[in-house]
Amino acid sequence: MAIKDAISLEGVRKDFGDFTAISNVTFDIADNEFFTLLGPSGCGKTTLLRMIAGFEETSAGKIKLYGDIIENLPPNKRPINTVFQNYALFPHMTVKENIGFSLKMLGWSKSDINDRVAEMVAMVKLEEFTDRKPSQLSGGQQQRVALARAMASKPKLLLLDEPLSALDLKLRKEMRSELKRLQRDTGITFIFVTHDQEEALSMSDRIAVMSSGKVQQIGNPSEIYDTPANRFVADFIGEANLLNATIQKIDGEKIICRLQSGQILTSKSSSKVNVGQSGTISIRPEKLIIKKQNFKGQYLEGKLGQSTYIGTDTQFEILLDKELSLTVRMQNSSLTSENYKNGDQVFLSIADDAAWFLLD
Amino acid sequence: MAAGAGSGRTMSSTFLPVRFWLLMPSWLIIGFFLALPVLLMLVYSFLTKEFRGGVIWEPTLAAYDQFLFDRGLFGDDPPQIEWKYISIFLRSIFQATGATILCLIIGFPTAFFIATRNENTKVIWLFLVTVPYWVNLLIRTVSMKFLIRDSGPLNELLITIGAIETPLKLINTNFAVQLGLFYSYLPFMVLPIYAALERYNFTFSEAASDLYAPKWTILRQILIPIIKPGIIAGCILVFVPSLGAFLAPDLLGGAKTFMIGSLIEDQFKGNAGNWPFGAASSMILLSLVMIVLIYYARAQSKEQV
Repeated sequence: MAIKDAISLEGVRKDFGDFTAISNVTFDIADNEFFTLLGPSGCGKTTLLRMIAGFEETSAGKIKLYGDIIENLPPNKRPINTVFQNYALFPHMTVKENIGFSLKMLGWSKSDINDRVAEMVAMVKLEEFTDRKPSQLSGGQQQRVALARAMASKPKLLLLDEPLSALDLKLRKEMRSELKRLQRDTGITFIFVTHDQEEALSMSDRIAVMSSGKVQQIGNPSEIYDTPANRFVADFIGEANLLNATIQKIDGEKIICRLQSGQILTSKSSSKVNVGQSGTISIRPEKLIIKKQNFKGQYLEGKLGQSTYIGTDTQFEILLDKELSLTVRMQNSSLTSENYKNGDQVFLSIADDAAWFLLD
Repeated sequence: MAAGAGSGRTMSSTFLPVRFWLLMPSWLIIGFFLALPVLLMLVYSFLTKEFRGGVIWEPTLAAYDQFLFDRGLFGDDPPQIEWKYISIFLRSIFQATGATILCLIIGFPTAFFIATRNENTKVIWLFLVTVPYWVNLLIRTVSMKFLIRDSGPLNELLITIGAIETPLKLINTNFAVQLGLFYSYLPFMVLPIYAALERYNFTFSEAASDLYAPKWTILRQILIPIIKPGIIAGCILVFVPSLGAFLAPDLLGGAKTFMIGSLIEDQFKGNAGNWPFGAASSMILLSLVMIVLIYYARAQSKEQV
């Protein structure tokens, strides 16, 4: 017998008047998974989350939680809790009262509530702050209270709506590993919404990349990064050099393409392709290597343009011809010996699996 | 160092007069229209009365004595507590409380309704709430009298639809006065509550619902406690003017609904013509209101901590 999915969406759709915010979204999330909805603002990821929580009604489709249909239940009847973007901590209640609120609503006894609240407070390390009001806490502490409050009743599913976006960079990075730890320790299934790809890549078991109300690709972080399904995903996740190309020859896994500027490049793809089709070749900047001498293997020839120092790396602009340029990123530690100057003639080494072909 | 001190001096020498002149209008308004009249009343309340209005400049406690004690027809009996005026006071508090409760019951849902409309229709609803206040209070109170009198439209409608057989006795009752006060001061309840609801983040309600709270619990435990300052402000803004009102009690009530406002009015322009007594009653009313406000302010500041 197969393990039940924590949540499954079947053809979920949401219309606001004439505008379709979500069109026909279908996917399953496994029990105990850290699942991320990633996309630019306005892509529908928050709307989808709100439908799962019950704040928005679905226009069509089914939502099942461990096999039970829930799309018609009000939010207070769903064993799903949410960590809100601005936390929405009740300002007139103390930390303790906030965390215990759901338990009081569920009719727990006073002593059970006290025990559970103490446990949650210890989990998020806020023992000294239990009698404070939210306004007396820092942003990071409020974040922890919001997490503890949402997890107190042991929900079957925890929804997190851009919970880290209000924190500063350093705290945000700390909270990433903290969240991951909490998810592992509690075994609760997480659905995490973010527009920050670094957050998504570093925390998730799987990611659904969304754009204009549709799921563009679902996969684990390296699948999403290394083998994007289309031009949108390649462009949105990380940086990518995107080159228009036409397929000239197919040799097993190898797809030999001709770039607009005339050069020939060997690439790979996950889509079924035919000779003559046009598409986009995506190359990650860090997969290109700059060499001064001609060498055996696949390369593109160009002139060195502007270089930008960005701490650990240096970013170079390589001009292939008047219109076409590529971005290359190299670690500074591997650059020490050679000296690159603007206008130098260089050769870009491209491994066979560095170029990824995407059908238009 | 020297330059710093120098610039500091020029700052203060140009800054002080500017601040003084800019604040002048406020000081004048507060002085002439608030402090001076209240001070005048305070002084008058300790003076001797002149028949048919006016005062004689002879200090006495007679006005306060008249309010609190009964010394018989000729003033030489042993003093007893005078209940006449105290009961007018108590009745005023009762009437004002009734009007405040009525305003709250109608005003809160109204404010909630307006606050949850979309941006465009909000403006229209707010406008509609304030429209009656473009008409003079006297005219509105008279029309209310016309509406609820024995043979008025309200009674006729109720009889026509068969809800009642004989006309309801509404006019000259406590309820009529409360209705009149309610109608006079409803916007003072609606607007502060609306303002508080505008600031209320409805994500709190969503969060409570997400944490298994049913609708009524959200209202009682989340929404009302958070917008409480707006509700209390509305109650004060209705209660305080209701307490001193004289139009609604005069026109809609009878002798049995005589309120403190009418008592004071009577002393200055009516038959009684006893200025010190009117001033003393005003001072007692003012102290009562101040006690309520100070109590509220203290409760507020305690909650902040």
